[in-house]
Amino acid sequence: MDTIQVTITDREGEVHKVDAPTDMNMNVMELIRSYDLAPDGTIGVCGGMAMCASCQCYVSKGAETLPEMGDEEEAMLSEAFNTKDSSRLSCQLFITPEMNGLEIEIAPEE
Amino acid sequence: MIKTDILIIGAGPTGLFTVFEAGLLKMRCHIIDALAQPGGQLAELYPKKPIYDIPGFPEIDAGELVDNLMKQIEPFQPGFTLGERAETLEKQEDGSFIVTTNKGTKHHAPIVAIAGGLGSFEPRKPKLENLSFYEDKGVEYMVKDPEKFAGKDIVIGGGGDSALDWTIYLAEKAKSLTLIHRRNEFRGALDSVQKVQELKDAGKVELITPAEVVALHGEDRLEKITINRNDGDVFQKSLDYFIPLFGLSPKLGPLADWGLEIERNAIKVDNTLDYQTNIPGVFAIGDINTYPGKLKLILCGFHEATLMCQSAYQIINPGKRYVLKYTTVGGVKGFDGSLKEAPRAVVKAFD
Repeated sequence: MDTIQVTITDREGEVHKVDAPTDMNMNVMELIRSYDLAPDGTIGVCGGMAMCASCQCYVSKGAETLPEMGDEEEAMLSEAFNTKDSSRLSCQLFITPEMNGLEIEIAPEE
Repeated sequence: MIKTDILIIGAGPTGLFTVFEAGLLKMRCHIIDALAQPGGQLAELYPKKPIYDIPGFPEIDAGELVDNLMKQIEPFQPGFTLGERAETLEKQEDGSFIVTTNKGTKHHAPIVAIAGGLGSFEPRKPKLENLSFYEDKGVEYMVKDPEKFAGKDIVIGGGGDSALDWTIYLAEKAKSLTLIHRRNEFRGALDSVQKVQELKDAGKVELITPAEVVALHGEDRLEKITINRNDGDVFQKSLDYFIPLFGLSPKLGPLADWGLEIERNAIKVDNTLDYQTNIPGVFAIGDINTYPGKLKLILCGFHEATLMCQSAYQIINPGKRYVLKYTTVGGVKGFDGSLKEAPRAVVKAFD
């Protein structure tokens, strides 16, 4: 299977069920951008280097299928605002078949 | 008043390369950037990270690309206004522009090239009540004048490079220095972390971690802060200055009020010709512009800068003839009198 389904709640509270390719080296931040679920300039500002928190999301389902948090992501989230225990930087979540059914909510803009 | 041919806003790779292309056409450039050093994102965010899609460079560190660009444009003697943000754009009767920075520096040019990338980098501010009231009254986001912190009680917030660097720098000057961070771990260059450890051991720096500043107090200026330790301990601390250093985030900022057509945080341009904006004489190039099919890539910024310069030449030199010349053929003649050119081939018959 090279497509999985991800449910994304945008910043306006609208829920989108989207298909995510697993074979394009894409991460969840890029998935959000590819479906235009957050305006350019408000998400993935650093390009996906875990150097800003503009792609922060809260994971409500499927957290156990995600890759472990790396040092850079952890350090960035520790300085980010509006964080919760379920916070992740979506740019660090590369889409894999195991993540099918993932549910996330995009965190508010800083 | 600084006068130039092309006033470039933004010293990132696209802005820097504009100086080269303009120089080939004998136009002089001046660059304004809010950051203190040239290079834009490349220098500020990821100087040590590699880039793989610069044509002709299988791999190059962002910082090295900036160094190379600075070297490449050196013969064209660009001027720089660094550490100042372009604030206003005023069109003059003759069609030229005056751009004034937040510090009041005025620049006059017939052409303005906005190569502003993501916008100007502004400090990320902690979410604290009354924060804006205490700004410049005890809360500082930048250490502009280190002397004013001499003999004072200072609290720095943050856990990155700038928090560590300023802790090291101000520890010697301050009466007391406290560093507060939300985690026990700091993210910075190894030698900075070690130096702060030494200062802590020597009793010159007090570390409070993991903890957060949660409230500011004071009648006319900042006098006290409330600190919330993660273990539940809440206490107040008297101080003269609180310096939150939580990194920088890019903002389109004052550009948004210049009367430019903005779409999705980017400036709309005419991509069929020269990346001119809705204001004739004002161009937008690199990551800050948008048009159908736009890609935010350094290599696209270089292309846009090159085409833009051709149009700028026409505006500055109406009716004057020019044809594109290859640098290999024409060489590169700097405003500093330098000349780079291809060595002549040897024409000689064999005996």
